[in-house]
Amino acid sequence: MAKITFMTQGNIPVVVEGESGSVMALAVENNVAGIDGDCGGVCSCATCHVHVAQEQYALVGEASEIEKDMLELDDDANEYSRLCCQINITPALDGLVLTVAG
Amino acid sequence: MKNYQSSDPFKEARVSSGCAHMNDQDDPVTMILRLKDVRKTAHNWKTFQSGAAPGRIVIPSEVNIRDTRQIPFEVDPPLHGAFRSLLDPWFKRPLKAQYQETLAQQVNALVDDVLKADSIDVVEDFALCLQSRALTLLLNTDADEADTWIGWGTHVFRSEDDPLDGDKAAILYDYIDEKIKASSPNPEGDLYSVLLAAEVEGKKLTHEEIKGIMILTFAGGRDTVINAVTNTVSYFAQHPESLARLRNEPEIIGRAIEELIRYFTPLTQMGRVVTQDTQVCEHAIKADSRVSLCWASANRDESVFESPNDVILDRKLNPHVSFGFSHHNCLGATHARQIMRVLIETLMAKVGSIDIIDFEENIEYLGEFERKVGFHKLHVNIHPR
Repeated sequence: MAKITFMTQGNIPVVVEGESGSVMALAVENNVAGIDGDCGGVCSCATCHVHVAQEQYALVGEASEIEKDMLELDDDANEYSRLCCQINITPALDGLVLTVAG
Repeated sequence: MKNYQSSDPFKEARVSSGCAHMNDQDDPVTMILRLKDVRKTAHNWKTFQSGAAPGRIVIPSEVNIRDTRQIPFEVDPPLHGAFRSLLDPWFKRPLKAQYQETLAQQVNALVDDVLKADSIDVVEDFALCLQSRALTLLLNTDADEADTWIGWGTHVFRSEDDPLDGDKAAILYDYIDEKIKASSPNPEGDLYSVLLAAEVEGKKLTHEEIKGIMILTFAGGRDTVINAVTNTVSYFAQHPESLARLRNEPEIIGRAIEELIRYFTPLTQMGRVVTQDTQVCEHAIKADSRVSLCWASANRDESVFESPNDVILDRKLNPHVSFGFSHHNCLGATHARQIMRVLIETLMAKVGSIDIIDFEENIEYLGEFERKVGFHKLHVNIHPR
């Protein structure tokens, strides 16, 4: 079980818990504002873009090349950007804070 | 011959050059073929313009048959964003349970009908009906409107002997004019009424703007959805094991939808007009000329997709551009994805096998390339489970 906090664009924290699957699917199930996940998790729509807190970035690790290519042209992307459809929930993510990108 | 196959005519040009050229009614087009270049070009709206003369970014160009600007796809930022903010919530309604239930009822009834028939043409008797009936949900309009649209055939601008049929387009325009005039502002009503009640950047929409939005809603999702549905039925006819697999692994349906949409790429390309001298992958492009974002080629880019010419139903990483990319991504994508989901789930539940009797492919001729985009006719026998 991992407890994950999404900070929405309105700076409202949404705390959700999950055991498995992708972080995007967990966000969509819990109606986290700003996470659409239109493509269902195959890295084709970039509507699940989040910023990982700098000190926690090592927990989730770097984006794959394909994911980086998706993020490259996103105006809101920075070095801590991830598409959360590509982050799998594990107990190690307990306490993770993700900011929903604009 | 396996007719479900959708070939990749762009491979050699994509690998060797990255670009190709075609003449479209004496207004030439530089086709951009690699995924990264397509994405970068789609994203750079200042240099690669959508808000050119109405109809010019479409290939084949519709400049000679229309003056009405289709909105939002022929509008550039920032106005484009203002229209999308208005339209996006409406076009996300397919995510609602009630919408999905009604769509499922429509598709179930249609599949029950075709199961009773000896044989059907998937294009005319199935995909066209499915698309037209589903469109009543997207417009939130009377269900019997679909019968009128079915009567128009599979393309609102094209007829069998004319890829740019102005008379046919006039039927749609007159119909939309009448509908707008007959509607009154009502934020709870059908799409016409919602648009009549709406404001963008503090101003009521004009008749012409509403018309442009409605034309796009009719035209943009017409042959694309019909191609997606027909190609999918054809694929399951050739691959009955795929339907069986989806029944056993329903959790992969979402991936299967994206993969079928990548593989078939129902819209081959979309153009942009270049606002200043520039270059794309080292090819010089002159101001006021046109480029195309060739989604079909980008979706087979072997530098990104493993085994790009195979359908891998559970493909995990699938950064396709079948719904476009960046600001102008497809407004109807949520609706299209729901149609595909409901279609596949209904076929899984009710259909045992599909036999192809005969078919006529729909081939696009694009300069040096010939691309199969779907079918003109696909006669099949559909057998129940």
